[in-house]
Amino acid sequence: MNATESKNAFSYEDTLSFENAIGFENKYLYEQDPAFSPEMNRKKAIEVKDLNLWYGGNQALKKIYLDIPKNKIFSLIGPSGCGKSTFLRTMNRMNDMISNCRIEGKVCVDGENIYGKGIDVTGLRKRVGMVFQKANPFPMSIYENIAYGPKIHGVSKKEIPGIVEESLRCAALWDEVKDRLKEPALSLSGGQQQRLCIARTLAVKPEVILFDEPCSALDPISTGKIEELMAELKKDYTIVIVTHNMHQAARISDCAAFFLSGELIETGKTAQIFENPQDKRTEGYITGRFG
Amino acid sequence: MSYENRYSDELGQDPVLKKKTARRKKQELYQKTAFLLIKLSAAAAILTLIIIIGDIVLKGYPAVTIEFLTRMPVNQMTEGGILPCVIGTVELILLSLLTAVPLGVIAAVYMTEYAADGKIKCAVEEAVNTLAGTPSVIFGLFGMALFIKYIGLPQSLLTASLTMGLLIMPVIIRTTQEALLAVPKEYREASRALGATKWETIRCVILPAAYSGLITGIIISVGRAAGETAPILFTGAVYYYPKLPDSVFSPFMALSYHLYVLATESMNIELTRSLQYGTALVLLAIVFSMNLIAAGVRRHYKKKLSSN
Ligand SMILES: Nc1ncnc2c1ncn2[C@@H]1O[C@H](COP(=O)(O)OP(=O)(O)OP(=O)(O)O)[C@@H](O)[C@H]1O
Ligand SMILES: [Mg+2]
Repeated sequence: MNATESKNAFSYEDTLSFENAIGFENKYLYEQDPAFSPEMNRKKAIEVKDLNLWYGGNQALKKIYLDIPKNKIFSLIGPSGCGKSTFLRTMNRMNDMISNCRIEGKVCVDGENIYGKGIDVTGLRKRVGMVFQKANPFPMSIYENIAYGPKIHGVSKKEIPGIVEESLRCAALWDEVKDRLKEPALSLSGGQQQRLCIARTLAVKPEVILFDEPCSALDPISTGKIEELMAELKKDYTIVIVTHNMHQAARISDCAAFFLSGELIETGKTAQIFENPQDKRTEGYITGRFG
Repeated sequence: MSYENRYSDELGQDPVLKKKTARRKKQELYQKTAFLLIKLSAAAAILTLIIIIGDIVLKGYPAVTIEFLTRMPVNQMTEGGILPCVIGTVELILLSLLTAVPLGVIAAVYMTEYAADGKIKCAVEEAVNTLAGTPSVIFGLFGMALFIKYIGLPQSLLTASLTMGLLIMPVIIRTTQEALLAVPKEYREASRALGATKWETIRCVILPAAYSGLITGIIISVGRAAGETAPILFTGAVYYYPKLPDSVFSPFMALSYHLYVLATESMNIELTRSLQYGTALVLLAIVFSMNLIAAGVRRHYKKKLSSN
């Protein structure tokens, strides 16, 4: 399907909102790329519109428009301090816990603005899970770590063992821990702990999983395992990942967005961003990293 | 001359290197002296402890018999046992923990997790610190004024326990607060990111992770509750009450006060010398065994929670 066809197939409003959403400067990128046709636009998991965020008087995110497609891996790249983590955390409202943080604009998950009135934040966080940079299993047993989420969301006791096993299997950890579920989670290796955290997130059955530099503390083998796992997970989940590792972003993600000092500079298919960046700054960052 | 020899020879003669070695030696000497001083002070502290405990154990041991532990004091307390004091002290410790721990933990949770940072919180924290260092006799007088004179409770185990509870509450609050603050913020984030509310996070993640610190607070409190005499002096402990406390509203005997009485006010201090040592030993043993239990609980939790 090419761009003209897809334009014909959808109403004018559809196209307009799509153009707004991606920002005009990036429009041509999408038009050349069937993966970003308006049809694709309909399958978006998250829509960010005119998002601005301040920490006190310091603006950390400036006028962000971004769509995140369903069942894809979306990577956020950019230099340290450019606002990647901040942006990621707006998507499950983790910034609410920071007292001097102020947010304007819209972030829609499944079409619903999560900063709108009457939003149930705990319900939102159940739908949009998060895995952190440093593996942070609770100081409890492996089993209890996974069971924690379902328990607080009122899943009946009978179902929990099944959920625990399923989540651990999904996170490719079951075979390694099935005989030691009662042992403390902190006795696992770093890579296993990170997969445990992924399993813990899966246990509440989210739609979207946010990863904030999940492999930065891991060795290449554990990293490989987690990357494989993500590729597997994207069949059922939408994945957004912040990474400093350009190779990783190029390897695993379908789409990418480049941030620089709080602004979204460029977004598109990963191959496009890495092989043929449209913005000088993106090119500079990527080539700088590759040497 | 081999290469190595030549090399070390040059090393010895280079003036810059020579200066460096001299400085290094000086630093080493300095470090050795510092270590020695540290070791000496540690030894002094431990030695004092050993002497005190050794003295009490050696002199008190002969007095502690089954009879001593299971009988009432008789003959104006110059003979007989200390059973009511043992029971009184144990009950006092448990009852005062029962009042101070729940209230102290709730206060600590509120102050660390909910109260907004600011002048009020700062003032309350300072107040708690001050209370933790307030002389126990003031707590005793306050307890008497509040519970007996104002509320109208009798001089009793209950009143003494409440007063003792007030005394140890600041300790519980401080240690719990520190334990809560030591829980890594990653746990909070992880729990909130799963959709847990703040209270669920505190109840299911933060408090369990802080148990071990809380138990440290309890250990310190047990020692104080068992040993402090002034708070119970005006509020419930009596000189002589040769009955086992039948209700929390009756007065009681406590080991610490009994010891004080034997050592200062008895008819014949020399005659009761061995009884005094025996009483001190029993008091020590009670505190020690309660601490042992608490430490056991703490170890159990630590084992359950972490890798080693
Ligand atoms: N809690 C906070 N309070 C105030 N300012 C903050 C806070 N968190 C982040 N910032 C600021 O917001 C900006 C973006 O930070 P953010 O953590 O999102 O960067 P990042 O892109 O994730 O960087 P890194 O790659 O190093 O993780 C930075 O300038 C940072 O100083
Ligand atoms: Mg970051």
